[in-house]
Parts: sequence; C-alpha cells; structure tokens
Amino acid sequence: MPREGILIKKPIERLTGEQVQQIHDASITILRDPGLLCFNRRAAEVFRSHGAEVGDISGSSTPSWTVKIPGKLVTDALDKAPSTITLGARNPDNVLVIKGDEPRVYYITGSETNTWLDVDFPAYVSKTDSSREKRIPEFKPRRGTVADLCASAHVCEHLETVDGYIRTVNIQDKEINETNKDVNKFFACLNNTTKHVQSGLTKLAQLDNVVKMAEIIAGGKDKLQENPLVSFITCLVKSPLQFVDNTTETFIEVCQRGLPVVVSSSPQAGTSAPIKEAGIMAQINAEVLAGITLGQLVNPGTPVLYGSVPVRARMDTLGDSYGSIETTQYNIDCVQMARFYNLPNYSTSGVCDTKIPGQQSTVERLFSDILVTLSGPQFLHCAFGLLDCNAVFCLLQAVLDDAHFKMIKNFLREPRINETELADIRKQITDVVATPQKMFINYIRPVMRSGEISLPYPFEGEGDDDDVFYLANERMKELLAKPVEHIDEATTQRIFNEIPGLLPGLNFYERENQS
Amino acid sequence: MSMANLLEKLKENVIQGRKTSEDIGIDESLTGTPGVVEMVEEALEADIPAEELITSSLTAGMEVVGEKFSSKEYYIPDMLASADAVGAAMEILKPHLEKANVPTRGKIVLATVKGDIHDIGKNIVAILLKGAGYEVVDLGIDVPEDKIIETVRSEKPDYLGLSALLTTTMTEMPLVIKALEENSLRDSVKILIGGAAVSEEYAMEIGADAFCADGFQAIKVLEEMEKANGK
Ligand code: B12
Repeated sequence: MPREGILIKKPIERLTGEQVQQIHDASITILRDPGLLCFNRRAAEVFRSHGAEVGDISGSSTPSWTVKIPGKLVTDALDKAPSTITLGARNPDNVLVIKGDEPRVYYITGSETNTWLDVDFPAYVSKTDSSREKRIPEFKPRRGTVADLCASAHVCEHLETVDGYIRTVNIQDKEINETNKDVNKFFACLNNTTKHVQSGLTKLAQLDNVVKMAEIIAGGKDKLQENPLVSFITCLVKSPLQFVDNTTETFIEVCQRGLPVVVSSSPQAGTSAPIKEAGIMAQINAEVLAGITLGQLVNPGTPVLYGSVPVRARMDTLGDSYGSIETTQYNIDCVQMARFYNLPNYSTSGVCDTKIPGQQSTVERLFSDILVTLSGPQFLHCAFGLLDCNAVFCLLQAVLDDAHFKMIKNFLREPRINETELADIRKQITDVVATPQKMFINYIRPVMRSGEISLPYPFEGEGDDDDVFYLANERMKELLAKPVEHIDEATTQRIFNEIPGLLPGLNFYERENQS
Repeated sequence: MSMANLLEKLKENVIQGRKTSEDIGIDESLTGTPGVVEMVEEALEADIPAEELITSSLTAGMEVVGEKFSSKEYYIPDMLASADAVGAAMEILKPHLEKANVPTRGKIVLATVKGDIHDIGKNIVAILLKGAGYEVVDLGIDVPEDKIIETVRSEKPDYLGLSALLTTTMTEMPLVIKALEENSLRDSVKILIGGAAVSEEYAMEIGADAFCADGFQAIKVLEEMEKANGK
C-alpha cells in the first residue's frame, strides 16, 4: 500500500483557464523564438535530429548552439510523458504513487543546504533580579557533515508527515571529494530512511555506482525499475533559457536509465527572469517544457516531474526571497500549469528568508505551506527545516514543521456530515437539553479518541514561558534515540564490497562489531 | 464474582469513566458490560460494605485518574467522566452510609449568583466535587439571595460555593455573606468563591473563606478545611 498523502478535493487556483492557455501559448512562442542557448552537444544533436532549428554559435570559447523548438515537438513530448509515476521505497508502505491528474499532496524534505544549525539552551540570569533564570535557545551554524545527513534522514524517517526524503544537507567532511560524494550521500540517506530518496548528482561518473547501489538494495535491475528507490533532480536549464552542459548530460543519462527525474527550473523574478508574474510564468514554463521535451526525445515515456522552484528577488540584496508573497503565487501558478499538462508537479514551499527559527520563520513557512498545499501539488519539497532561503537546515525546525503539517492535514479532513451523523446528533441534543446541566461533555471522549478532533499544540509549555523550541528539541532527541531499520548486514557488506568510495564509518555493522 | 475481583473491576470502571453499561469508556470493548452504577448495585447486593467500595474502588480509581491526568494521558473530559461515575456511585451509597453511621465527606451548596447565567465552570466544579465524595446541592444559575439563605438553613451544608463571571454580578457575593450574617448562618458554613470575575483579594475583601481558580483547587481547599476542622 503506497503512502496516502493528502488529497485536495477542491484545489485553490489563481489563474483562469484562459490565463493558463495564454501562459502556455507564450511559452511555446518563446521556445520557438528566441529559443534556448544550448551548451551541451548531445542535446543540440537530439533536437536537430528531431527537426528543431539548431544553429552553431561560432567564435565563442565554449561550444554552444541556439535551439529553436517547434511547438509540435513539445506537444508530442507532453503526450509521451507518463502522468502517473511511482517513486519506490525500501519499505513498501512508503512508496509514493503520484498522478498528474490527481491533486494528492506528498510532503518531501530538501533541498541541499551548506549549513547545519545546532541549537543549545544556555541559562541566563536576569541583571535586575539574579533569582530569575531563563533558558534561551541559541543557534549555532556550522558546515554540514555525513553524520548530520544520517541524523537528518533518521529523524525524518520518524516524522509522520515526511513522505519522502531529499538530502537536506551538503556533506563537507574532509574525506568527501567530488568522486565519492554521490555514493556516500545516497548511502547515508538510503541506510537511514525507508522512505523514497531523491537527490541531485555531483558527478555524472558516479551515476552508475549510485544506480548499482540502488539495484543491490532493491534486489536487482528489474526490481529497481518496478520499485525505483531513488530518483534524481536535475536543473538542466539555467534561467534564462540556457541548457547547461554537465547537468544536461546527467539528465540525458538518467533518462536513458528510465529512472524518475525532476526537470527543475529556478528562475528569480527580477534578475534571471522578468519581475512581472506574466513574465516569470511564461519563462519558467518554457524552461521546464524544454527539459521535458528533451527527456522524451531521448527516451520516450521516461518518467519526468514538472519541477518548479520559482522565486522573487529581494529588493535590498537581489538575493532569493522565498518568504515573499509573490514566491507563493508563482508556485501555485506552476501547480496549475503542471495540472494543465497532466504531469506530476514538484513544487516548493516552507522556505523562509530568516536565518534562525522564530516568529518570522514560522509565519513565512506556514504561509506558503498552507497555501501551496491547498493548490494540490503532488510532490511538495523544501518543506522541512530549511531557513535562510535554502542555505541553512535546522533539524529542530523540521520537527516543528512536522507538527505544523499535521495541523494542515487535520484541517483538510473531510467534513463528516451525513444523515446518520445528523440523526445521532438530533438524539444527542434531545437527551442533553433534558438534563439539568445541559452539557455535552459526555460525548467528547469517543470523538477525542477517534482522532476526529485535533490535539493541543504538542510543544506548549507549562507556565507562561514560551518553551516551544526546548520541547521540540526534546522530541528531536527522542526521535534520534529511536532506532531506524537499516539496510540488512549482508546487503550492506555487498554494497561496501562492490561500490567504491564509501566511508568505512558509514558501515553500521562494522561499527557495531568494533564497539 | 469474588469480592476482590468485583472491587478491582469497579476500580477499573472508574478509571475507564464508565458510569453505566452503555458508556464506551476508553477501552471500547467494555461497552455493554456493567459500568460503575451497575457494579455498585451488585456489590451492595453481595453485602460488600459501602466504605470498602469507596476506599478500594472509587477513591483508588480516582487516584489513578488523577495521575493519568497529571501525566497528560487523560484530558479534562476523561477526568469528568470518571468523576461523574463516582458521583453517581456516591448517590447510590448515600443511604447505606447513613445507615452504617459512616460520616460523609461533607455537603456543599453551589450557586451562580443573581443576574449571572454562566454555569459551565460551576457545573464542572459540581461534577469534580461529587467525584471526590462530596454531596452537592446545585441551585443552578441566577440564584437570588433569599433562596441561598433558605437552602443553607434547610440543608445545613458544610460549605457554600458561589460563582460569578461578571464584574457586575460579583457584587452579589458580599450581599449573600451579609444576609447569612444577619440570619446568624455565617458561622455554619465555609464560603468558597470562584469564576473569572473574582480573585483571592476579592475573597478576602468580602470576607469569604477561600477563592478557587478551578475545580481541582476547590478539592484541595476543601481537604485543607477538613483537616483544619480535625475531620
Ligand atoms: C461562555 C461564556 C458565556 C456564555 C455562558 C454559557 C454558560 N452556559 O455558562 C454566554 C454566551 C451565555 C455568556 C453570556 C454573557 N457573557 Co460571557 N463569557 C463566557 C466565557 C467566554 C467563558 C466562561 C466559561 O464558561 N469558561 C469556562 C469555565 C470552565 O471556566 P470558569 O467559568 O472560569 O470556571 C472555572 C473557574 O473559574 C472556577 N469556578 C467558577 N465558578 C466557581 C465557583 C466555585 C464555588 C468554585 C470553587 C470555583 C469556580 O472553576 C471552574 C472550572 O475550572 C467568558 C470569558 C472568560 N474568559 O471567562 C465570558 C465572560 C465571562 N462573559 C462576559 C460577558 C460580558 C457576558 C454577557 C454580559 C454578554 C452580553 N453582552 O450579553 C452575557 C452575560 C449574561 C449574564 N447575565 O450572565 C464577560 C464578562 C466581563 C466582565 N468584566 O464582567 C466575559 C469575561 C467575556 C469578556 N472578556 O468580555 N457568556
């Protein structure tokens, strides 16, 4: 049984049907003229052989081509792209089945941050009254490590609302280099969560090692095709409208292996895309369509997700502003575009502009989390623990986010109003008004136990102090202490024998045997 | 059923908060089996002394409920369900206790004062106090002074509890106290006040004996008064 996610019966939409069509038409026009600038030879050749107008740009130091894609190529590709995609998992109960025509939302972590935020609760004594002492949360940033990635995957395995795992932190240990990073990253994730694992790839040369690792875990090549435990994110089009050489190469190779892949584009309104909504929408849609078209030309029927990470620029720094209202608007628009094409959407919410957990982060993330959820994307990423516009990950924040997603899910439960229910209620009312005290308290208990009413905020403290962070941190420690189901010993040994570059410290069983 | 077995089952039903066989409680599979009321009746028929039922089952069960409430396993509705069940049991046991000359925990008259119709809080206090073994005479809402005086005279309660939620009705409280004095009844009862409008300071100011922030504090305050009384 795949995970249930949360089905949005009436997704919110911002665009009219006419506006969706207008964006589509504008994107098709852009793909034809000016088209894209392509820095990858194979992509240029694929497009040329399928009738696109491809021109050599002579004289520049790096080889590049102009690619003008006819609308027919795009619409044919859209017809071939599957609208249902299975994202496998080590535990069959954690498989995700995502359907382009069904607004069922799954919450996924991600993306890869450089900084890991630790939290500590030192005690402070009041200057005016030395008998008064308070615990104040202090957040300390540091570079992420393999151990952090393991801890993050471990806790996310236990967070109920996390449906799938995208690595949350960039591993920067001194033993990690470009050639061993991918295998260690994937192994750390796969070994600590039984949920679906998705990641980008650092080095194309590592793709086959990663795929082989996944095959060993899945139980063979065919088994991996049936239950793709891993999928990939590729940002092959850099805004505005440029096929990047190495990521495009990676994308082509992933498509040839038939594993699910996200075609993601992340334009910034104001710098790498027009500041106006119509502009960023026409452009991001064109960029994603260009990637999807390439994928279907390379391997018709290859499972692709419509990946949208649009963001507005901050006016003070021209950096990303994920917390801006417009970012949420663009994301909801993209969900609608993907649905127009019947493609599953990889969408974004929950990232805040501020650097540490607190009031601002709570407001910014909940704002986008609620609204983007209600628009019904199938694969909602970035949702857990991210701060400072994707630069920082805080596990404590992820624990808090889980509680907040539970609230959103509770809110989205179906109304239980029907004839039987109302007949029961009529009897209840008649009975209660006949009593002297006229109170309904007796009827609360079964409803409370059935889970039909939501529980109090889980991190509410006892007194007047706000103890939310402290209590969430205690919860995080509990989850870290709760074991996860690692890959079994024989499979682990096989992986360590056959896949080069894995850090010995990641071998759980060797560690066990030594201690 | 052996006596020990019956006492244990009764205690379990108190913990489950099942007043009658119809109640669902926490463990749904118990629905349809005898609840506290039916079990108390069965116990009395089997000649188990009322006192034994109170100490081994009712009070012991409520103690467990209190612990579960403190550890947040139980919420207020659970506490109230158990208290309500115990309250109903006490009602049945009352004549037996009187017959056996067992002193009860005491009697309290409760009222929301004149002009005030708020009663949710007062009702909760009533359920909790009944559950703690007190006999409760609830006069309801918007209760005029003379009705309170009359009841204190006829029922001879040990305690009088007044509730007021409005700043405009809390001023009824000192009037009630004054009327009790005028009728030479003030010394016969200890007076507890509660409700959002009143406070500790206000209780002192008007000459009441105690202020209670909630029903749990009311139970504590009554226990302290009992001790002070040498009960
Ligand atoms: C529910 C409610 C109502 C309901 C009452 C329904 C009912 N069956 O009781 C209705 C809608 C009818 C109502 C009406 C009005 N209300 Co009103 N109401 C409330 C509200 C929101 C909650 C009260 C409540 O039930 N709390 C929950 C219970 C569990 O708590 P509790 O009552 O405090 O009781 C606990 C303790 O105080 C203590 N306790 C209470 N009494 C006693 C007694 C004893 C002996 C002991 C030991 C302990 C004890 O134990 C209880 C259990 O833990 C309060 C706001 C508030 N914060 O209190 C306003 C409030 C009391 N209401 C208010 C007002 C103004 C009114 C109206 C005048 C509004 C209007 N303009 O019509 C009318 C008054 C009608 C009247 N003549 O009484 C104001 C009072 C302001 C003031 N300074 O006086 C309040 C404070 C709201 C506000 N902030 O404006 N109200």
